Amino acid sequence: MATPLNLKELSKQEVRFTAGHRMCAGCAAPIVVKMVLLAACDYSVVVASSTGCLEVSSCISTYTAWKVPWIHNAFENAAATLSGVETMYKALKKRGKIDKDIKFIAICGDGGTYDIGFQSLSGAMERGHDMLYICYDNGAYMNTGIQRSSATPTFADTTTCPAGAVIPGKPQQRKDLTRIMAAHGLPYVAQASPSHWPDLMKKVRKAIEIQGPKFINIFTPCNRGWRSRNDDAILLSRLAVETCFWPLYEVEDGVTRITVKPKDKKPLIEFLKAQGRFKHLFEPGKEKMIEHLQEMIDKNWESLLKEEEMTLPKEEGNK
Amino acid sequence: MIGWKDIPPGMVILEAGSASKIKTGSWRAAYRPKWIEENCIQCLLCWLFCPDNSVKVKDGKRGEFDYDYCKGCGICALECPGKKGNKAIVMEEEVK
Repeated sequence: MATPLNLKELSKQEVRFTAGHRMCAGCAAPIVVKMVLLAACDYSVVVASSTGCLEVSSCISTYTAWKVPWIHNAFENAAATLSGVETMYKALKKRGKIDKDIKFIAICGDGGTYDIGFQSLSGAMERGHDMLYICYDNGAYMNTGIQRSSATPTFADTTTCPAGAVIPGKPQQRKDLTRIMAAHGLPYVAQASPSHWPDLMKKVRKAIEIQGPKFINIFTPCNRGWRSRNDDAILLSRLAVETCFWPLYEVEDGVTRITVKPKDKKPLIEFLKAQGRFKHLFEPGKEKMIEHLQEMIDKNWESLLKEEEMTLPKEEGNK
Repeated sequence: MIGWKDIPPGMVILEAGSASKIKTGSWRAAYRPKWIEENCIQCLLCWLFCPDNSVKVKDGKRGEFDYDYCKGCGICALECPGKKGNKAIVMEEEVK
């Protein structure tokens, strides 16, 4: 029987990611990893990570924080590496050399997913490997010193798009990878946030039980890169959901469901003001920029609502 | 300290979870969390949200903090719902 997703029962399970990892104090990535592995607690899993904060800090020298078989190869090929492992597993299983049921999960940062690892991810998903690819999205290359990535939000200050007299932080739009993955026609694509942990765990469990390629994008605050407080990782992820900066939804076989609809959609400014990377937007004369960001968020949210209305079967009642 | 001859070929690490030998509690700079049991409603959110597995739970009941690994980030204290407005986790000054 599947372990119920409540904390009392889950706390009796072994956390297969130990303390002693060298992620920064208050980093959300180990929280996300813990939630993912707990949601998968009924399964034997093999995890792959591409180069990134999580990889370098969870596996330094001969010390590993992982209590599951874990593989790191390079920055660009976690999906390719894991698809090879998964194929090998299938081959060995066919020959009767393995009888265990194993699930395959990739956990990679936004640099290794949106940018450098994108072609290997797209390839592995298109080939239909039975794996769950999870991106922990902290919106920049944090490990190497907060360089912009295609996941960095518009107008965020990073070391390679510093806000100043020339540019107001990142001038470009953020790449919406979840939509791109949905466009691959995968059986399951979702967006989650650690603040809404029951939703996150349900999505991971659902994904793991579906055969084929799955993708989940998880919001992961980084206090070093976002210039925020040490203790606000969960607070910021909650604000991201409540302001609709990071809508929680899933696309299952072409049907879009918004899994958490904020009761009162908060103004985006509440999410922005808690982070130093958006500090320059609060200087006099920059009001238009915040308005512009708010318009972008509103537009995305509206189109997501419309998409849900169009794809959701009538019997589910278009709540 | 181990030498290069002790490392398995291909940098394979054979001991799962060996990072737990590294006591990251020494990272705490200014503050450490303190658990106030009478305000605790046993929601276990601190256990779930702790990035460093530093909240001990036994048989579904919360126990003490594990100061060997706690980096003092304060997420537990901020997220603690407490009882009747009184937090069950507060950050207090680190004793060295």
